[in-house]
Amino acid sequence: MVASEHPRANLQPLTLHVPEPKFRPGDAVDFVGVDVPPAGEARRPDTAAPAREFTDLAYTLVRVLDDDGRAVGPWDPKLSPDVLRRMLRNMALLRAFDERMFRAQRQGKTSFYMKATGEEAVSIAAAQALDFEDMCFPSYRQQGLLIARGYPLVEMMNQIYSNRGDKLQGKQLPIMYSARDYGFFSISGNLTTQYPQAVGWAMASAAKGDTRIAAVWCGEGSTAEGDFHSACTFASVYRAPVIFNVVNNQWAISSFSGFAGAEATTFAARAIGYGIAGLRVDGNDALAVYAATQWAAERARTNAGPTLIEHFTYRAEGHSTSDDPTQYRSAGEPTAWPLGDPVARLKQHLIAIGEWDEERHAAQDRELAEYVKAEQKEAEKNGILGHGLHQPLDTLFDGVFEEMPWHLREQQAQMMAEEEASGRPWARK
Amino acid sequence: MSDAMTDTGTTRMNMIQAINSALDLCMTRDPDVLVMGEDVGYFGGVFRATAGLQAKHGKTRVFDTPITETGIMGVAIGMGAYGLRPVPEIQFADYIYPALDQLVSEAARLRYRSAGEFTSPITIRSPYGGGIFGGQTHSQSPEGIFTHVSGMKTVIPATPYDAKGLLIAAIEDNDPVLFLEPKRIYNGPFNGYWDKPSENWSKHPAGDVPTGYYKVPLGKAAVVREGEALTILCYGTMVHVCTAVIAEHNIDAEIVDLRTLVPLDIETIEASVKKTGRCMIVHEATRTSGFGAELSALVQERCFYHLEAPIERVTGYDTPYPHSLEWAYFPGPVRIGQALKKIMKDA
Ligand SMILES: Cc1ncc(C[n+]2csc(CCOP(=O)(O)OP(=O)(O)O)c2C)c(N)n1
Ligand SMILES: [Mg+2]
Repeated sequence: MVASEHPRANLQPLTLHVPEPKFRPGDAVDFVGVDVPPAGEARRPDTAAPAREFTDLAYTLVRVLDDDGRAVGPWDPKLSPDVLRRMLRNMALLRAFDERMFRAQRQGKTSFYMKATGEEAVSIAAAQALDFEDMCFPSYRQQGLLIARGYPLVEMMNQIYSNRGDKLQGKQLPIMYSARDYGFFSISGNLTTQYPQAVGWAMASAAKGDTRIAAVWCGEGSTAEGDFHSACTFASVYRAPVIFNVVNNQWAISSFSGFAGAEATTFAARAIGYGIAGLRVDGNDALAVYAATQWAAERARTNAGPTLIEHFTYRAEGHSTSDDPTQYRSAGEPTAWPLGDPVARLKQHLIAIGEWDEERHAAQDRELAEYVKAEQKEAEKNGILGHGLHQPLDTLFDGVFEEMPWHLREQQAQMMAEEEASGRPWARK
Repeated sequence: MSDAMTDTGTTRMNMIQAINSALDLCMTRDPDVLVMGEDVGYFGGVFRATAGLQAKHGKTRVFDTPITETGIMGVAIGMGAYGLRPVPEIQFADYIYPALDQLVSEAARLRYRSAGEFTSPITIRSPYGGGIFGGQTHSQSPEGIFTHVSGMKTVIPATPYDAKGLLIAAIEDNDPVLFLEPKRIYNGPFNGYWDKPSENWSKHPAGDVPTGYYKVPLGKAAVVREGEALTILCYGTMVHVCTAVIAEHNIDAEIVDLRTLVPLDIETIEASVKKTGRCMIVHEATRTSGFGAELSALVQERCFYHLEAPIERVTGYDTPYPHSLEWAYFPGPVRIGQALKKIMKDA
């Protein structure tokens, strides 16, 4: 045995660092530690600039809307009032939809639901800045992309209810949509798998001389998965026309962002090591999200390479209908969040520029609630989960392969025989 | 039933509480045991299996991890190489696939490739199986993927009593053990009748769990019901489904709960099948290359001249786990009942 020459007994004992969030249930919350630079301060580099020339943008926050609701600084996308109102409406619609569907789950109409409350700007403003033809690879919290692209609410609800109108034949967990015609990739339950897939789609588009780009989303917690890092490497090597969105909503179920590395650096700064552009954006500022997405899209479209955008936001509610956040975080956090509420901030801006008012807003909220309710009624005509089986039984075997091999045909026949023997009335509906 | 008991009290536990008790005991007895995984720390796990452990044993022994199963597995192997005894949790068995390389190429082979210099004394806990409307990524039964790997053990309890005793044995074992927890029976012995109210463990004899230390040895099956008409080989949730179905059909079956798939208790299986002359294998996992195929081959090799009917396999279908058609997929009472009729036809 070879011993080291150090007298080990004299060395200082090592200690293991385990991150701990600042607030737990019962704690009073103050977010003074969260650095919020003034709106308009961050510079806007040329979209063709080499990534190493603006590494500072990975550590600040691109913000457009100031405390008074004015749009300021070089990132102001100077959108028309019509576009602003459309974004506001879509964000409010997303919120109304989430509320209704969350309630439907609580009423036992389906098994599961996930809201995007507090993160509406992230998906709605990005969809507004992308072309409809650009391909989106979402996580489970970007239902706003579908809403902004005009996907029928009824179709979303049919999927949530796994009912007879569900285009996915009841095969997927609620909210795991797929909408190819709307440039919306099939959602996976396994985190971050969509990241390298988006890069592959973008590389294919580039190899074919196409003009479409890809955009992909994951949560900050999900950046720990190896797939995230594989995607960054590929995108960097091939300068893939892709936009990486990291939605930093501070929590991954019960684990705060420190368990994904946020104590040491920002998520936007992950880009620097890969040599790709990184932007850190106020995710509750729809104009900042729009501007950053537009910038990254232009960069991708001009073959200048990928961009990683960290959307700094806050998950205002539970992870899903299976979660109770009061078990692990302070109930005071959502209201104390220093970047405010994305819907309220865009509304304030529209009012500030004289293009909106409280009465119109209240009327719109009422109208949207009625609209969602009517769509829900429509969807429920196709059934809800738990009221019998809505899919023909043999669809269970559809789509395993393009053509059904003998062993599946045999199993399918066995299942139908089993059904005959069961005498279960629910199964025959 | 237990080998070593100092504390002789028992108390009512569901399977989650039994697992929690095993972890707590192992951590108390051995300072090198540690628990890690997504959401297992302060919160105590999405199924609450590690609740209270961080408060009691401290943050460096019970901690949350980044969301990377590859990382969790690799780090556990490294901690094991140092001399610790990690018990990582994979939140759902459906999320174990990113860790496959670390598990298959590393944990399972470390002892062999280093001629015993390094080992992986780790126990990977993971909830598995369907019946909770979890869709395709919260319902899978991937045990057959892992029983195919040489160098690791696979354990599946069917009761709170066994869950605690087997988990303690797994943690003390010096080889990597995959400990799959049938999440449908965390709260009670679900019998397959999804449209009737389920029982909870408070009424079941195996819900009476010693509060102290005991082990249920790995590699030992349990004959949960003795019988003469046929042998049913099963594990996890299916033990309770099979028990209910043979009662309904009034058949004198011998039910063998395998408890450990690798290493398998071949003596118990052989003795039972030679006695009854019939063998039915039931698992929830997909059929093709499932663990039932291995069982069927073994029974055929060893008991062929005692068999009075072809071996029956009752399994999930070879499709991903569906959401809304969950109960059409699940190998429940009707499918098992039909197979029973078939295998007992000439009896
Ligand atoms: C591979 C894999 N591991 C674990 C999970 C379980 N899981 C689902 S969501 C989640 C937290 C993700 O947090 P984050 O990435 O921050 O996204 P957010 O939910 O905040 O939008 C976890 C651990 C999973 N779905 N897939
Ligand atoms: Mg998150």
